[in-house]
This record gives sequence, C-alpha cells and structure tokens, in this order.
Amino acid sequence: MTRLSAALFVAQRLTAAILAFAVTVHLATIIYAVRGGLTAAEILGRTRHNGWFLALYLVFVLAVAIHAPIGLRNIAREWTAWRGRSLDVALAAFAAMLAVLGTSAALALFRA
Amino acid sequence: MLHVEVWRGTEQGHLQEFAVPRREHQTVLDVVTEIQREHDATLAYRFACRVGMCGSCAMVVNGRPRWTCRTRVAAAVGSGDRLRLEPLRNCTVVKDLAVDMTRFFDKWRDAGGVFASEQTRDDDFAVVPPSSPQRQAADAGIECIGCGVCYSACDVVAWDADYLGPAALNRAWTLVNDSRDSRNAARLDAVSRRGGCEACHVHMSCTTFCPKGLAPTYAIAGLKRAMIRHAFGARDAKSVAPE
Repeated sequence: MTRLSAALFVAQRLTAAILAFAVTVHLATIIYAVRGGLTAAEILGRTRHNGWFLALYLVFVLAVAIHAPIGLRNIAREWTAWRGRSLDVALAAFAAMLAVLGTSAALALFRA
Repeated sequence: MLHVEVWRGTEQGHLQEFAVPRREHQTVLDVVTEIQREHDATLAYRFACRVGMCGSCAMVVNGRPRWTCRTRVAAAVGSGDRLRLEPLRNCTVVKDLAVDMTRFFDKWRDAGGVFASEQTRDDDFAVVPPSSPQRQAADAGIECIGCGVCYSACDVVAWDADYLGPAALNRAWTLVNDSRDSRNAARLDAVSRRGGCEACHVHMSCTTFCPKGLAPTYAIAGLKRAMIRHAFGARDAKSVAPE
C-alpha cells in the first residue's frame, strides 16, 4: 500500500512536469497557428506524417491519462464518501478511456 | 472597555457578549479568566501553565487560531476593541471554549509518533552529533507543544477527517530523523497511507499560525521524500534531511 500511494504520488508529479512542457508547446502552436485564420486543412497540413507532432501528442495523451485520474481520485476521496476498490476501478477505466481516445485522435491527425 | 463575544454551547450554540475592562499587557487568556471569575462562572475553557509551554489554552481569536496565554489583547484586536473567542476548529466542542483533543492525539499515535528503540539499559549512550543533518532536521520540529493550533488552521483536516494533520506528521518527521529510533519502516508505512503526508495541499496554514514558529509544512515535505525513498529504495534510509 505504501508502494502504491508513493507510486501514484510520484507518477502524478512526473506527469505534471511533462504536461508543463507539452501544454506550453500545444498553446504556443495554437497561438501561432490562428494568426491567419484556422482551417482543418491547415491543421492537418501541419500534423500529417509529422513524427514530431505525433510523438508530442502521444506523450501528452499518456501524461494526461496518468495525471488526471490520480488527481480525480484524490478529489473524490477528499470531497465525497466514494473510496475503495470501486473508485479505483472506475478511475482505471477513465484512464484507459483517455489513453485510447487520445491516442486514436493523435494517430488520426498523423494519418489523415 | 473591550467588547468580547464568547462562544457558548457545544457544536450548536451562540456568541455571548461581555464587556471587560482593558488593562495594560492584558492577554487574551486574562480576558477569558476575568469573564469566568467576574461575569459567568459557568464558562468552560482550558489552561494550565500560562507561559506558552503546556499547549492547552489554544482558541480561535478573531477568526485566527492562537495560543491565548501568549497573545496580547492589543495584538489580537489591533486598533479596534472587539474580541471574538471561539473553540478550536476541526475538534468536537465539549463546552464553550473547551474542545475534545482525543482525535488529535490519537493521530499522533497513528502516525507512529511513539519513540521505539532496540537498545537496552545495558547499551551505552547513543551519540547524536548536534551538527548532523538528521539532528538539525529533528531540532527544527521538536519544540511542538501539542496545542492544536496547526490542526485547527488546516483546511485538509477540515475536508478529510482521516488526515493525520500537521502536528502528528511533524512529530513523525522528528522521529524519522532520530537515529536511535528503530521503528522507522512502520512509521513511514503509517504516514504513507490514505490521510498521510501525501494528502497535504501545502496551504501552509500550519506554518503560518504555529505559535512556536515551527514549519510542519517542511516536515511533511520531508516525509514525502522519505516515503518515496522508503517505497522505492533504501529500506532503512534514515537520513532524509535536505542539505
């Protein structure tokens, strides 16, 4: 139990550091991209077959999928009476959903 | 004259007003004592040493948790003349200004706050160099008087009744840094469970309000590092104090 709570604690902080970088790149790209108006073709033109963007967003998605459920678990345990195994299972499912949906979106942008 | 509002009752109750003469160098505890002796003998409150050692007279004074024996009225009221006295937050009120500290001290035990040694009376004295980082980390937190001010100030305790709280975790940290102690692994397990050190949100209210000027926030940060080392590495890493 010590190991699990310590692992979650460390995982959340490591992924926070990754997200600080990934979100910065993401926002900077948005600000740069919308200067001349925003079209789907322009976005896909930038991401299609671009290994750097794919790598960035896969890392981003993975970090979110780890970071968000741990935070939600803490919030749930602090603010509601929900705890124990059912909470852990629900949030593991939420993590899997984030990972699958996010990865498929990143791959879609790459392959489009 | 001082206009003093005092909490009367238990969890349900009301504020009762008293007018108390202002006196030079008057402490908040002086005011409470004067009310009980001169105005209403049924007022319940708690004190013992009157000199900031015993940790029994803490109350919420004008919204802030304080040790009342060492708080001058002048410091509490500022330029005004109103004093509002309430029991410590996050504790069950027994009556008026006296709260039940049972949970507070149970959590010291639950955080592994008891010293344990495998030495016997036949062993020689342990030598703890005063300059060692461990001794200095323990020194930084050792003067806690158990008054409950930090516990009353802590938002996380208010949200989560199972959170061990700043005082108990500070105590655990001083023992983690006690080179004579032999039950460190169990202690680090205890503070790693739900409601342990990782629940701290680093609001620093404990450190802001501690009347002894201690910094439980840093003790808790130290426990977090110790927890990680304990879980992933050195089995009995004792020295976890920052440089």
